[in-house]
Formats: sequence, structure tokens, C-alpha cells
Amino acid sequence: MNYALYALNIKKTFKKHRKTIQALKGVDVKIEKGEIFGLLGPNGSGKSTFIRIASTLLIPDEGAMKVLGYDIVKDASLVRRLINRVSVEASFFRKLSATENLLFAAGIHGISRKKALAKIHDLVEKVGLDKKRLNDPLEDFSRGMQQKVAIARAFMTTPEIMLLDEPTTGLDPRAKRDVQRLIHEMKNDMKTTVLLTTHDMEEAEKLCDHVSIIHQGRIVVEGTPRELKLKVSKKVRNATFEDVFMEYTGVSFNEAEFQEVETA
Amino acid sequence: MSVKAIAHEARASWAFIIRNFNLTKRYWKWEVVFFAYTMANSVTMGFIGKGVESFSGAVVNVNYLILYMLLGSILWGYLSILFEIVAETVAWERWEETIEYTFMAPVRRATHLLSVCGYAILYGILRAGIILLFVSLFFDLDLSGANLISAAGILAIGSFSFIGLGMVAAVLPLISPEKGVQVVHIFQALLLMFSGVYYEVTVLPDWMQQVAKISPATYALKGMRESILEGKAFNELWSQIWPLVLLGAILLPSGMFFFNKMEFWAKKRGVLKRSG
Repeated sequence: MNYALYALNIKKTFKKHRKTIQALKGVDVKIEKGEIFGLLGPNGSGKSTFIRIASTLLIPDEGAMKVLGYDIVKDASLVRRLINRVSVEASFFRKLSATENLLFAAGIHGISRKKALAKIHDLVEKVGLDKKRLNDPLEDFSRGMQQKVAIARAFMTTPEIMLLDEPTTGLDPRAKRDVQRLIHEMKNDMKTTVLLTTHDMEEAEKLCDHVSIIHQGRIVVEGTPRELKLKVSKKVRNATFEDVFMEYTGVSFNEAEFQEVETA
Repeated sequence: MSVKAIAHEARASWAFIIRNFNLTKRYWKWEVVFFAYTMANSVTMGFIGKGVESFSGAVVNVNYLILYMLLGSILWGYLSILFEIVAETVAWERWEETIEYTFMAPVRRATHLLSVCGYAILYGILRAGIILLFVSLFFDLDLSGANLISAAGILAIGSFSFIGLGMVAAVLPLISPEKGVQVVHIFQALLLMFSGVYYEVTVLPDWMQQVAKISPATYALKGMRESILEGKAFNELWSQIWPLVLLGAILLPSGMFFFNKMEFWAKKRGVLKRSG
């Protein structure tokens, strides 16, 4: 089968201040074309490391990862044409306006100014951004608004695979719903494959076709949200997706969120 | 390379240039501060030239001496801007945390770096020209015999080598996010010290003169002095042009190669991100 993303035995170790941190200890992931795949796990479990490897920003120590058949190390430049990413930090040139940042992002992806402006116009409505503020510096935007611009930036390039690393963190409920709708539209209208990490279990259950739970650098369980809930329902009555998370990570959802804030 | 691919790279190149222009525009107050600093340095060098006569008692061509010192100061300012912009290709983006987005864009690293350098050269030459004009008014300097076009040409040819060195310098903030940019300034000061920034290379000890021979700044300084002080035309500067062309042909691809190697190293170590 031709997978959109195929990762086999991915290992990654970091050395920091004489400490060795094994971020990924042999991760296997297979994502089918056109599906929304959730990679869930507590803070420090290896989710972002995996997404960085898929983004060609990290080189794994061992294992192989292919994006639509292209090796993420040997064919990195081809892979970059197929992907885009939204990370939990909405990273921008803060003194530049939203339009300037979006035009820059479009430009380095080879999109003409004319096309980029049309896309900005379209996406701004879709993510619920105030058009009047597009020429304001991003440093004047709230965290939620910056994240909306980050999402618009990623959607501008219509990638084959979208890597979403906690895209809705920090968004208000309305904006969160808008982004979730956009993710669905990407899947249905553009047949985009989505790799999503989130701490919102409700979101994961609602959006994902398949889920892998990663804990301490290893995939501990995988399946559809329904399958995973069924597995846990043998132990927990009326199991929720949060129960699934707790069962396989030994960490409650709230604890995972707390750790995230502590280490931010 | 197909037409489509060329158009893709051209759009990306333009995007980098416009981004840097926008950043210069938005940080204009800092630009003014640094401009004033460079101006103060240049004027100080001019006064040192003027002061030589009073404290040595010897009769010297003050106009010549001031311009001589001034050219060293202008090249210092030019290299500062060039190295700073190129080095900040990494440092600035790490600070803003945009580096991962820029490095995962489907654009050749050569396009990325050369576009940033292209902007730095244009901005640097414009800035150097303004400083020269301003300081010449300050000291009532006679520039009627100066060949400014030759000087700009020498600076442009020398810039190929400086870009190569700048790319090597840009790697430093990758190795050390905290001290990398400061080390770039040290590197620049050493380069100019060996190249005769305010003096002839012949006053240096022998071993330093040997080092000066492989520094592009040596030939850039000499060529600029010959253009401005002696009014030499571009075609009379061949003895400075060919070493600059040769060094550019070596240093530019070497700088690119080194940057690519270090980018691979950074991706292996996981240090692209500021918090690494």
C-alpha cells in the first residue's frame, strides 16, 4: 500500500548538558492517504520530535521515514514541497504585519503575490480573522489571533500532508471550531492527509480516523478512536477518550496539560 | 532547471529581499542609531587623520589622510552590515522562532542565502555612499578626483568573497545561539586588522602580511583607496580585481558548502529551534 507517511523504527536521541534524552525509541507509524491521523501523548512523549522529523527539520538517528514515497533525508527538498506545518508556537516576525508575514510565507513557497493576496482574502474569512487588522504588526495580536494567522499560513500552500502540532491550543471555542472545520474541509475537499497532535481528547476523537498513543518515545497503542474506546471499556465503564489516554499513558489529561504549562 | 522552477526560486528570492526590507523599515529607529554609531566612528577616524599634523608637526596631505582613514572606517561599516544581516539569517530567525518555517520551505539554500546577501550588499553600498558623502561635507573633503564608480565596482566584486565569509559567519549562531553573533564581530575585526584597515599592510609583521595576502578585504581596501584617492578607473585596478575574483570563486562556494554541512549537523543535533 502507498502510504502518505510511513515511518519505520524511528529513533532519536538528544544530548544536552551531558544528559542523554531518548526522545523516540523505535516508532512505527503508517498514515494512509487522505486520513486524519492523531498522534497523542503527554508532554515529552516524542510527538513534536516526530513531527519535526517529518518536517525535515530533524534527522533521525535510526530508522526510515517516507512522505508519499520520498525519503525525508535523501529527498528532503521534494518532501518540503508536499508538506506544511502548524506548531503550537505561532512563530512570526513580530514587527511585521499579518499580511507581510503571509506574503513572505507564500513567496518562499513560490506562490505569486497576486495568488497569495487572493488566498489571504479567502483564508482570513475561513479562520475568522478581522480583515481590518491585517496590516497591524503581529506583536499586537492576541495569542489566539496569532495562531489563526499561523493556520492561514499553513493552509496557503495547499500541502499534500499537513502536520498540525497542537493547532488549536490557546484558541477560544469559536476559533477552535473554525479550525476544526477547516481541517475537515482540507480532508474532504482537498484530500489532504493530516497528522495531528493535540491535548484535546474531544478534538482527537471528533477529527481523527486513526490514532496512535505515544508514551516515553514508544507507540503504546493504535487504532480507530472507536476501537481504542472499546478496548478500554473492558476496564472502565462508559469509557471516554480521556480514559483511553489515561489507561495507556498513566497520566491524566489534566496532568499532561499541567506539565505542558510547566515546561512552556 | 525548468522555467517553472526558476520562477519558483525567483519568487522566493524576492520574498527574502522584501522581508528584509520590511524588517529594516520596521526597525528604522535602530537603523538610525547604528547609522549614527557608524557615522561617529567615521568622523572620529577623520579627526585622527586631521590630528596627525598637529601632534607630529610634519606637513601631511590632510585631505588624503582623512580619506584614507575614512575608507577603512567605511569598509568596516559595510562589512558590519553585510555580516550582521547574513549572520542574522540564522540568529534573527532563531530569536523570532521563525527559523523552522523558513528552513522547511521548498527553496534552495543557495537562493535563500544569496537573496539575503543581495539585500545586504545593496543596503550596505547605499549606506556606505551616504556616510562618505556626509563625512566629506563634515570635513570639507575634495572628492572631485575620486572615482566613486570604480570604488563601488571593487566593493561589489569583493562582496562575493565577503558573502562566502558571511555564510561561514552565519553558522556561528547555529553553534552558539547566545554568543554566535558577537563572535561574528570578532571575526570581522580580525579580518580587517590583517587587511590594513587604517594602515598599509606593509607595516604589519611578516607573518601577518602573509595572512593579508589571502584576505579579500586587503584587495578591496587597496582598490577602493586607489579609486577614491588616486581616481583610478576600474580597468586600472586589475591587480586588485583578479585576486578578488579568484577569492570570490573559492570563498563563495566554500561558504555555501560549509553552511549546508552545518545545517545538516544542526538537524542531526536538533539545535535549529532556539530552545533546541
